[in-house]
Amino acid sequence: MTVPAPDLLAPTTSADRPDARSAARPRRRRAGGSRWLVLIAFGVFFLLPLFAMLEFSTRGVGGRNLAAWRAIVQNADLVAAITISLELAVLTVVGMLLLVVPVATWAHLRLPHLRRLIEFICLLPLTIPAIVLVVGIAPIYAWVTYLFGDSPLTLAFVYVILVLPYAYRAIDNGLGAIDLRTLAEAARSLGAAWPTVLARVVVPNIRGALVSASFLSVALVLGEFTIASLLNFNNMQVTINLLGKRDAPVSVAVSLAALLFAFVLLLALSFVGRRRGSSGVTEEG
Amino acid sequence: MTARQPTVEAALGPTSSGAGRRRPSRLLPYLAVAPFLVYVSIFLLYPTLIVVAGAFTDDANRPTTATMRILTESVYLRAFARSIELSAVTAIAGAVLGALLAWAVWSGPLDGALRRGVTSAAGVLAQFGGVTLAFAFMATIGLSGLVTVYLHDHLGIDVFSGGVWLYDMPGLMLVYTYFQIPLMVLVFLPALDGLRPQWREAVESLGGSGWEYWRHVGGPVLLPAFSGATLLLFANAFSAYATAAALVSQGSPIVPLKIRGFLTSEVIIGQQNLGKALGFGMIVVVAVVMTLYALLQRRAARWLR
Repeated sequence: MTVPAPDLLAPTTSADRPDARSAARPRRRRAGGSRWLVLIAFGVFFLLPLFAMLEFSTRGVGGRNLAAWRAIVQNADLVAAITISLELAVLTVVGMLLLVVPVATWAHLRLPHLRRLIEFICLLPLTIPAIVLVVGIAPIYAWVTYLFGDSPLTLAFVYVILVLPYAYRAIDNGLGAIDLRTLAEAARSLGAAWPTVLARVVVPNIRGALVSASFLSVALVLGEFTIASLLNFNNMQVTINLLGKRDAPVSVAVSLAALLFAFVLLLALSFVGRRRGSSGVTEEG
Repeated sequence: MTARQPTVEAALGPTSSGAGRRRPSRLLPYLAVAPFLVYVSIFLLYPTLIVVAGAFTDDANRPTTATMRILTESVYLRAFARSIELSAVTAIAGAVLGALLAWAVWSGPLDGALRRGVTSAAGVLAQFGGVTLAFAFMATIGLSGLVTVYLHDHLGIDVFSGGVWLYDMPGLMLVYTYFQIPLMVLVFLPALDGLRPQWREAVESLGGSGWEYWRHVGGPVLLPAFSGATLLLFANAFSAYATAAALVSQGSPIVPLKIRGFLTSEVIIGQQNLGKALGFGMIVVVAVVMTLYALLQRRAARWLR
């Protein structure tokens, strides 16, 4: 699950477009019957495995029970791994924001000639599969472990790189949508220093983009398996995979729970995007 | 690269300072970018360099092309061929089916619950999946999966009569298609949104049918976006690892699993850098595909904007 193009994770695409187009678009009338046939066929194909997970995880001797679901919270390894993944998500989001926001802002405001280079670097992880990145990063993690200890939380360093393309795209779009120069000039002429401009003018104005970037990062980190497993750290996905060999119903139950959680997260994100789209960004400043 | 004074900087430079303060403020923006450059150098550029350089050095760090030549041995060529086959088949299946689903969703209201639900679900299945999707299919069509058991008990069909295919290439193709279709929906919906209703009205006012609209207007306009998306799906499948790792525990049919073999087991003397050579091969394939994708995107943007 690696090389997705920019914006793909974002279910906000409809909200990013001006609403004018939806108003201009008349309903297509003729698509009726065949459209529903297609939707139902795909619905069955996509929901069947999810339903099978529910069925599989509630199997019991002579009937249905929720033993596998209860076992999720009783399994110490699993709880620890889920905690690690959530902590990693927080660390990655913080690291990503600290790294990308100043650079993207500066690329827009003061270093336009570096913008292409920065964009190229930020999109580079799309071309380097995670399985290849892990080959090259193993020697570096020898140093990271030496300096910061053998904690799975050190994975946040490389996760910031993994989320870079999505985060940069979201934040870059957010910056493009506001009149950054005028805002910065106004703040500067009123005597604000650059850090103040960044923290009190830029950040509040691209709040929507920052929320998108953060949600996407959380979803990516919670789903990450490749790097954690090959650097021998136990995050949620690695533990689910190990558990699958011993106690399949529990790992199927966690898998389903994780998928549903990610769905709720992205659904919430689509509402954030809509609010941003309809209220007009610059009004918030 | 510092020679050119950017105009914005001139416009936004400190307003109240004399010549003495100008110089540090000119360097300040670069100072702000420096942590970023240092960070990506350590965690992105240097690891990439290690892989690329490793592909062309021997165990004693002398430059050589011997490692790359080993890749032409049949076992590695077969792995690349299977990876490419898996990626191509699932990219084409995913693109065709995904475009169909995208059309069905697009025909509905732009801000409707259906579209919102489908795009969110597609985001999850396309990106988040990995290990969890492997388990989903084990629960569905594994040895004691729902569908397997149902077909066996009620219809007397044994889906594994020809061998347990789920944990091999056919199984990979099935599960990969399951996450390729949602990815196609995400990529293709914006392209469909770019179609202008006026084009359809123009065709209708000239007496054209729905079929003629898609054949002569909609289809050709969407073709670059469709081909670009197919390439993207190819790259996505080609670099995917988690699903295959969770599904296939014995043998290494495809390149990412071969690399796993080099990372998790003892390597043969003289072939220390073979994993890096395989990684370099993957980068080359993905880079070529992504470059073509970028070119097609530019072509697609001509009409769909």
